Amino acid sequence: MPAIETEGLTKDFLVGFWRPRPYRALDALTLSVEAGEVFGFLGPNGAGKSTTLKLLMQLIFPTAGSARILGRPAGDVSVRRRLGFLAENPYYYDYLTAEELLTYFARLFGYQSTEAKTRVARVLDQVGLGAERRMRLRSFSKGMVQRVGLAQALLNDPEVVFLDEPMSGLDPLGRRAVRDLILGLRTRGCTVFFSSHILSDAEALCDRVAIVAQGKLAASGRLDELLAFELQGWELVIADVPAAMLAGLPARFPGATTLSHGRVALKLAPDAEPDRVMSGLRAEGARIEALHPLRHSLEDFFMEHVRDARPRATGLS
Amino acid sequence: MRQIWLGANAVFRESVRDRVPYSIVVFAVLMIGASYLISQLTAGQDMKIIKDLGLAALSIFGLLIAVFIGVGLVTKEVEKRSVYGLLTKPLSRAEFLLGKYAGLVMTLAVNLSVMTLALYAVLFYSNMQAPAGLRASWEAPGVDPRMLIAIVLIFAELMLVTALALFFSTFSSPLWATLLTLGLWVAGHFNSDLRNFGAVVDSAPAIWIARVVYYVIPNLAPFDVKAEVIHGIHVGARHVAYTLAYAALYIGILLTGSVTIFGRRDFK
Repeated sequence: MPAIETEGLTKDFLVGFWRPRPYRALDALTLSVEAGEVFGFLGPNGAGKSTTLKLLMQLIFPTAGSARILGRPAGDVSVRRRLGFLAENPYYYDYLTAEELLTYFARLFGYQSTEAKTRVARVLDQVGLGAERRMRLRSFSKGMVQRVGLAQALLNDPEVVFLDEPMSGLDPLGRRAVRDLILGLRTRGCTVFFSSHILSDAEALCDRVAIVAQGKLAASGRLDELLAFELQGWELVIADVPAAMLAGLPARFPGATTLSHGRVALKLAPDAEPDRVMSGLRAEGARIEALHPLRHSLEDFFMEHVRDARPRATGLS
Repeated sequence: MRQIWLGANAVFRESVRDRVPYSIVVFAVLMIGASYLISQLTAGQDMKIIKDLGLAALSIFGLLIAVFIGVGLVTKEVEKRSVYGLLTKPLSRAEFLLGKYAGLVMTLAVNLSVMTLALYAVLFYSNMQAPAGLRASWEAPGVDPRMLIAIVLIFAELMLVTALALFFSTFSSPLWATLLTLGLWVAGHFNSDLRNFGAVVDSAPAIWIARVVYYVIPNLAPFDVKAEVIHGIHVGARHVAYTLAYAALYIGILLTGSVTIFGRRDFK
């Protein structure tokens, strides 16, 4: 049984004051996420990522289609005991301390006082806020509130965690911590569904991804299936290039680019035999600085699909 | 039930830490205290003035708490999106809303209790200061336990006003919800006039509309027994029971409406 499934999930919002007309934020999204997967839900701003997450958590209701989580209809209150959710740019109550907020949430999950206390202490330590647990949330920075958001999403040892832009507002250390946290969740068999427009995060974490653009599913699948891992060519960086040689480089290596400190980046075809090229360049007096294989990245793939997405219709038939 | 109780506790804690209701209560207590000073200027009428001003302070400051906090309970959660954190927990939308309502009613109960204690303290002091001859001329005892009847009905009225504020805040902006609630509070106190509209107007449709409006908007006049209590006029148990039953019915309808609207709302 898939952990998450959607079937033709569609959402229209009414826009305009005098003559409201429907605006399709999500168009017939059908996807399935298996238990234990880390699933990246990718797309540019306004693509429909947050709309999808809100539909899955039934913060908004679908215009058409359906969604099921752990075999139950989305919005089923009983299944929420097994879920964690982090909203994009979360906000909690200013007047509560981190510990009080999480204790309140833990009690909503049905934990008795002692159990709630233990869980709260554990998740606060997990997100690195153990020392700040008695500070009021109003004094927290954006990144700290984001960590509180992560802590509340993990409070009940959820089977499925939904994270909407979990890296948002975090510094590099915080982002690394969240990555480790997601990897930890995967290790213990938790299904993670996270939305992001930061592709490096998805590339590092996900088993599978889906790309949405203009409210429509543009592509989905395993990362290694989606990205062509065959060699696209080589990038060779050379330095200390003699002046006579420098002048002739553009003709010999089309696409050669001058970098800082007199270095030059050369593009080689996949079958260019880099060893032979490097020996030749060394013999002419250049120094070899680096050689990188060029492969199709998630970013290339993403750009291709996002560019290809048709402009969204303003009206509906 | 447990979820509603947890939600109510959170609202109560928020209110306790929020400076606004505190300052309202402090201001009301000061005003009740000041009523003693004002009463010194009017020989023979001092007790009535203290009771009158005291009960008016209870009613008006209670109203401010009920409307302004009542409206903010839901609208603030939705605007600041803290509602996302709660409604993704094992908590139904109905439990969320009823918890909010119960929490504000608890807050009102505590605030009214503080104001009532302040009022009785002033009455007790004034009663001790008054000569026996003057006390004998009063229509009602200085420290009159029957004032609690007026306070209970003020509390019931505030519970109804809170339900109104909550109802309007489930589908309109904070400004609209505040204006509609205050507007209905004012209209509710003059509602009885609509019942006798037929005596002054000939138009059948106008009479019919007035009759519909009479039944739809809350009739708040029966909740106001301040004058009776101050002047020692008997307030019948049947009147109190009917008024409380009316409040319970009206609150029930408003909360059902609120839960229905809130249950279908999109939180964008």
